[in-house]
Amino acid sequence: MGMTVAEKILAKATGQAAVKAGDVLEPRVSVAMSHENAALVINQFNEVFKGTGLDARVWNPENIVVIFDHRVPAESSKTATNQKKIREFVAAQKIAKFHDVRGDQGGICHQILPENGYVRPGDVVVGTDSHTTSHGALGALAFGIGATEMAAVWTLGRVLNVEVPGTIKVEVSGEFPRGVGPKDLILHLIGTLTAEGANFKVIEFHGETIRRMSTSGRLVICNMTVEAGATSGIVPADAETERYLREEARVIDPLEPVVPDVDAVYERTLKIDVGKLAPQIACPHTVDNVKPVDAVAGTKIDQIVIGSCTNGRLDDLETAAAILKGRKVASGTRMLIFPASWRIYKDALKSGALATLVDAGAVIVNPGCGCCLGVHQGALGDQEVALSTTNRNFKGRMGNPNAEVYLCSPAVAAASALTGVISDPRKAV
Amino acid sequence: MAKVVFKVGDDVSTDTIYPGRFMATVLPSETPQFAFADYKEFNARVKAGDLPAGAVIVGGKNFGCGSSREQAASCLASLTVVARDFARIFLQNAINVGLRTVICPTIDAAEGDELELTATEVRNKTKGAAHPIVPLPKARQAIVDAGGLIPYARKLLLQERAR
Repeated sequence: MGMTVAEKILAKATGQAAVKAGDVLEPRVSVAMSHENAALVINQFNEVFKGTGLDARVWNPENIVVIFDHRVPAESSKTATNQKKIREFVAAQKIAKFHDVRGDQGGICHQILPENGYVRPGDVVVGTDSHTTSHGALGALAFGIGATEMAAVWTLGRVLNVEVPGTIKVEVSGEFPRGVGPKDLILHLIGTLTAEGANFKVIEFHGETIRRMSTSGRLVICNMTVEAGATSGIVPADAETERYLREEARVIDPLEPVVPDVDAVYERTLKIDVGKLAPQIACPHTVDNVKPVDAVAGTKIDQIVIGSCTNGRLDDLETAAAILKGRKVASGTRMLIFPASWRIYKDALKSGALATLVDAGAVIVNPGCGCCLGVHQGALGDQEVALSTTNRNFKGRMGNPNAEVYLCSPAVAAASALTGVISDPRKAV
Repeated sequence: MAKVVFKVGDDVSTDTIYPGRFMATVLPSETPQFAFADYKEFNARVKAGDLPAGAVIVGGKNFGCGSSREQAASCLASLTVVARDFARIFLQNAINVGLRTVICPTIDAAEGDELELTATEVRNKTKGAAHPIVPLPKARQAIVDAGGLIPYARKLLLQERAR
């Protein structure tokens, strides 16, 4: 019986010829990523060693990555103290892949991993962040875990509490219409599957539209698979994966792409033709409450947000700049931009995109998780409404349970910035 | 006997259970003060330690969807959550930190109901109905039986270093 990409990766990572959905395994980990919640991982890691008489050393510092992104620069003394504790741990454990609050290396973890070439096709990648699903864009099996699970990974190099997921195959065909792109595809898919439709499953993406899609677009769709409950999204590695890793991530060592067997067994197959897809909006307060833009066009918006691990890359910023060039953000609406990394920030400085956005009235916030999770910067007032290219619109997400968040693509966000109401980018471009 | 002290609907996210603005607080001993922070009445009862032993939260489908923040599980660790089903990472975190979770696809209970939790079903004594539960896979039950992932990992660590 043939295997899916996830099954092949898990079989290899456990040294078995074959694995099947439902098995609970302890796969070896290639990349173990944490952000500020490493403060809790450190605590739990020390707990594991407590009373053993053993020196608390991580299994292999080369496989561990720590990135500050959730609250940068620190918004409180508590966060600053956590960051200090993590900095000291990282130095003591000789973890070299550490990205501090620095313009020459910082950014959001899900952008830092790919752009530094830390993730390779066929890897098992775990992160103490649910959007770790992003890295399936490079043909890896990548999923979010909790801090205690990560403490076990730091100790043993294996992830202990993992069920082999079944796989849903999604075949995508057709050419995106103007003003429509990967974000609209993934919102449409989440609306179709529902918020738990892929719980404990992997979504494996296939089809001509995926083959033509840039790695940036693939990161968008894999990032948000978790919003359908998925363990991971995977785009099997191909020529574009190799191009990205060689040209943009400067990877020189050999790659070992994993493709599914021709007789791989899928739980179900969905086919999507994007040729007639309209811009999609996820309405409050669940990500699967997805409607075409027409259904909510005209809704008044107080704050527009472009950024995050989902849509804070150069192509996203340039899409927005092209729409806003020489024009203004509507009065009564504010616009925040937070690029996904400082490398992207610099590229957007050079391309002129940031100046265009500032001239239009946008505020540029430093790379990081920014207002997406409501910790600092860009909180919403009572009864305010945000339209955002981020990934979650749960009640309270942007720091206020009495506010509403709509999710959309960068093109919809930029077109709506011009009018102050939810607007169709096909009419603005 | 276990009393239902709080009932929530479907798709309750980790942003509801443990809002992001409290994420700088990480230690399991400190997280309960922010459990369901925007639900003032219930939060006050958690904070005051004003809940009977074995108190139960009843949830709908996809309980704990969203973030991987473990605080969402640790802040409820003194309670039991019975839900139709759980989001993957939340369930994993609950098992790892020792929050008792019961997967009960047909659960029907209101606040104030008295439940009896057995190995195979949830008996609602108030309504006089029984609802079957879905057991955890064996390998996961082993983590629960070990008292959580920390003692489980510690045992594996000692076995490996002894080799």
